[in-house]
Amino acid sequence: MMNSPTGAARSTEPAPAAHDTAAVTAQALTAVRGERTVLRGLDFTVPSGRITGLLGPSGCGKTTLMRAIVGTQAKVGGTLQVLGRPAGDPTLRSRIGYVTQDPSVYDDLTVRQNLDYFAAVLFPGRALRHDRRTAVERAITDVDLASHADALAGRLSGGQRSRVSLAVALLGTPELLVLDEPTVGLDPVLRRDLWNLFHQIAADRGTTLLVSSHVMDEAERCHRLLLMREGEILAEDTPEALRRRNDTATVEEAFLHLVDAAAARAAHPGAAHPGAGHPRTTHEEPRS
Amino acid sequence: MNGARTLATAARVLRQLRHDPRSIALMLLVPCLMLFLLRYVFDGSPGTFDNIGASLLGIFPLITMFLVTSIATLRERTSGTLERLLAMPLGKADLIAGYALAFGLLAVIQSTLATGLAVWFLGLDVVGSPWLLLLVALLDALLGTALGLFVSAFAASEFQAVQFMPAVIFPQLLLCGLFTPRDRMAPALEAISDVLPMSYAVDGMNQVLRHPEITGDFVRDALVVAGCAVLVLALGAATLRRRTA
Repeated sequence: MMNSPTGAARSTEPAPAAHDTAAVTAQALTAVRGERTVLRGLDFTVPSGRITGLLGPSGCGKTTLMRAIVGTQAKVGGTLQVLGRPAGDPTLRSRIGYVTQDPSVYDDLTVRQNLDYFAAVLFPGRALRHDRRTAVERAITDVDLASHADALAGRLSGGQRSRVSLAVALLGTPELLVLDEPTVGLDPVLRRDLWNLFHQIAADRGTTLLVSSHVMDEAERCHRLLLMREGEILAEDTPEALRRRNDTATVEEAFLHLVDAAAARAAHPGAAHPGAGHPRTTHEEPRS
Repeated sequence: MNGARTLATAARVLRQLRHDPRSIALMLLVPCLMLFLLRYVFDGSPGTFDNIGASLLGIFPLITMFLVTSIATLRERTSGTLERLLAMPLGKADLIAGYALAFGLLAVIQSTLATGLAVWFLGLDVVGSPWLLLLVALLDALLGTALGLFVSAFAASEFQAVQFMPAVIFPQLLLCGLFTPRDRMAPALEAISDVLPMSYAVDGMNQVLRHPEITGDFVRDALVVAGCAVLVLALGAATLRRRTA
């Protein structure tokens, strides 16, 4: 989609099937918080069964975008289809797993008690007791917290608590997993383990993952990237394609290159204004 | 509304409390201690203890549950668990009923202890059935839970939540007839006290204190308190938004 400057970009996609298997499709997506427009007319897709990285500096609107997809963000405009339904549709609630940036678990419950409760919300009733137990055990194993299952969440380290939060999101085997900076503040070994888990979940369970990060070196671990800056999508492509097109060694350099190019264009009156609705009309330049 | 989800929520709230035995002890023992103190403050005038003691049996559960619920739901809001729950297939009514059930159960224990202590050990002279005292106490507790839930939506921090206690509870305390009969207040204040739920909570307790049978006034009082609790719970549910800025 990057290589076309017009709104007709979609028709130039190599495989029309890619559109059918998009887990998330946004058109002219906007979000307003207070007086501020946080998302400025975004168009993008998140392909099904893959890991899409949402990268950009802090405060660029990643969390707002994720909340819009999950359906917890107020004042969202434009079109946003999630798993074939409009975002926020009640039937989506059991199909999406969402992990907020700060771990949202009960500090005064143990890891297992936390998971038991959220499992009871997802699979209520006596008849599903077996399903609940299986789901809880699997989630604990997934995030490698079996040795801490009976510890109070509040007593765990920051990284362990965020893994509890992730385990809660894994409980219902969601089709779409939205993870807001899941690896922030983790040591390199844990980060690698978590990324392995994400890949395993995508490969084995066919889950679509949307993972945000402000650390660019995580970009290389994703199948596909959405680069974001100041409420706009700068680029949407695979890591290899981004590096190649911008002629850079890393995604980080490609990102900086794109930012500089956008800034330069904004300085020239002839260029389209970035806030004018179709942000990606402004960077056809890197095309070779 | 889903019964299993409601019960799971109530069990979760109680499980959280179980990890905090000090709070449970404070909730259950402080009202008993106050009654005990009061009994000997009015050592020379048992009639006054009857009046104030019965009123307090209605007021304690309201205040305790107000405080506990407003802090607990505020924590739910600030910790992100509320947002997580509302993004899951949980009905707002399930959440609220779960809280009401858990704290209602606690209120039953608290009221049983306080009523039992007052009636059997401190010589509170009740003409009517102690069961009716318990019923009013339970309704008061539900009202306190409802008010706490509602108010927590307007508090940005625990600090503010605690400050809502004097703002919401104290005016009712002054006007409910505890200090002076309501019909002897300035007419404007009496009119205000007519629309405050705590006035009916206290009046209900006094009906049981004085009359051996269930009076019409008692039924009215119980219905008003229950109705207010349901109304405020519904208002509280309206403050739970699935989509927030």
